[in-house]
Amino acid sequence: MVFGVILAGGDGQSMEKAKQYMLLGSKPVLIHTVEKFYIHERLEKILVLCPQKWLKDTQEMMEKYFPSSQGRIVLVKSGDTRNETIRNAALYIEGHFGLEEDTLLVTHDSVRPFVTYRIIEENIEYGLKHGAVDTVVPASDTIVYSEDGTGITSVPKRSMMYQGQTPQTFHAKKFLELYQKLSEEEKSLLTDACKIFVLNGEKVYLAEGEIFNIKITYPYDLEVAESLMIQ
Amino acid sequence: MLNAVYRLVAPRRFEVEFNDISLKAGQIIVRPTYLSICHADQRYYQGARPIEVMQKKLPMALIHEGVGEVVYDAAGTFKSGDSVIMIPNMPKEKDSIIAENYLRSSKFCASSTDGFMQEHVALDMDRVVLLDSSIDKTVAAFTELVSVSVHALRRFDMIAHQRREAVGIWGDGNLGYITAVFFKAMFPESRLYVFGVHQEKLSQFSFADETFSVTDIPADLLVDHAFECVGGDASQRAISQIIDHICPEGVVSLLGVSEYPVPINTRMVLEKGLRLFGSSRSGREDFLKTVSLYRSHPEVVGYLSNIVGAQIEIRTIADMNRAFETDIHKSIGKTIMIWNK
Repeated sequence: MVFGVILAGGDGQSMEKAKQYMLLGSKPVLIHTVEKFYIHERLEKILVLCPQKWLKDTQEMMEKYFPSSQGRIVLVKSGDTRNETIRNAALYIEGHFGLEEDTLLVTHDSVRPFVTYRIIEENIEYGLKHGAVDTVVPASDTIVYSEDGTGITSVPKRSMMYQGQTPQTFHAKKFLELYQKLSEEEKSLLTDACKIFVLNGEKVYLAEGEIFNIKITYPYDLEVAESLMIQ
Repeated sequence: MLNAVYRLVAPRRFEVEFNDISLKAGQIIVRPTYLSICHADQRYYQGARPIEVMQKKLPMALIHEGVGEVVYDAAGTFKSGDSVIMIPNMPKEKDSIIAENYLRSSKFCASSTDGFMQEHVALDMDRVVLLDSSIDKTVAAFTELVSVSVHALRRFDMIAHQRREAVGIWGDGNLGYITAVFFKAMFPESRLYVFGVHQEKLSQFSFADETFSVTDIPADLLVDHAFECVGGDASQRAISQIIDHICPEGVVSLLGVSEYPVPINTRMVLEKGLRLFGSSRSGREDFLKTVSLYRSHPEVVGYLSNIVGAQIEIRTIADMNRAFETDIHKSIGKTIMIWNK
């Protein structure tokens, strides 16, 4: 089974100020993102993980925008960190559907609403074939590596540099197995799910992203997103 | 749902913009898979339309010939993964007399509204036609162009008198070829003559009864009716030849598009009592008839595959430019974009 996992754990002082709930055009960013997953028939369920305090409001929002979803969209409480949130998703699936070796999670930032059908499709396809997938675009800027933050340690070859986006796709069972082996300190350092796979010697396949698959992090990003819309 | 639309913003320049497709509007959401480039798209791409037309139309997504796969249909009429032909004509009213493609209020993709160069296309239920999985998608991609020929042939059948022993088609390009293929399927009893300029193109009309170079037509050759599939600068010459070689009370079906007014020898039109009628675009009924002809005459799909030209996979905007540039340099054939956006 393949599950969409929308990571909407971002906290804010109020729901209106949290990026995933801000309006892009006439709809919250989160709704745009869930819509992209909703039309993918291969996704059994779409898990939306958000803070406990906004679970009820988010549930109502989903009922408003997806009135005929018939339980396909499921709200689950997010964790304190990104990986804890993914863990919650995996544990929810384990509890409700059981985990098989090939149960696949297509995890995605709720604040990347410009993800395309092709990117999700290729994540599913490569995930089923290779096990783990990260979505990337070739780095357009030169990447500078600095160990002390004051001077350049090295300048890696740009043609080998990529910028990570989402979705990130992997087997739920494998993720839980690797994550549970980590010490608390390692857990706090390993903020990227794919990095956990790489450090354990697991091959992570690259899927081609899109430059416009931007993450809406700052007010500036929302302005950029608005400017991409046909008026 | 945010949907990437790849619009031509200036000659030879595509940019991505986004619209918001409602999942609650009752429309079918189709993901384009095979798109075919038409002369009309090329004229916009190269900036060959008058400047005031370019200013009025751009930015606009090009392409009005294509097939796709249904990804979402809230009504459940179509299954996810069904292959469908997309109909680019969008009627805004119903009329019991005038066909949908002639209603002045109708919108048309890649002319008065965005075309199919999009991540998804949202279409009303009656703007898609289910496609048999057995039909070659590279051929099905240009069904819209085929349906224009079929539309003209259906009208010809209603308008032309019943003496149809010999019929001529002027034009050895894609439109002439397609019209000839379907004429033979729909009117097998008639003799078909094809008139063209290029010998190598005329040699492709193997199913025609005879082909002629337009510079070497026997003076006594006569046809009962004729189709003009030339267009452009050569329209005048083609129509003039047709008038010379057509029998009295024949019907002339005009299909070629010209940017300029075309002078016609009306004296001989009057003397011979000819009827000239124009056809443009097509409607749902023509698409349904075309698909039924694909089924009943499978050989036509084989003939159409002869004019499939370059097939270019599209993953980036650079690929889109490559497809259009490749299309400029072809002599005959349809350039197909294997759409993977």
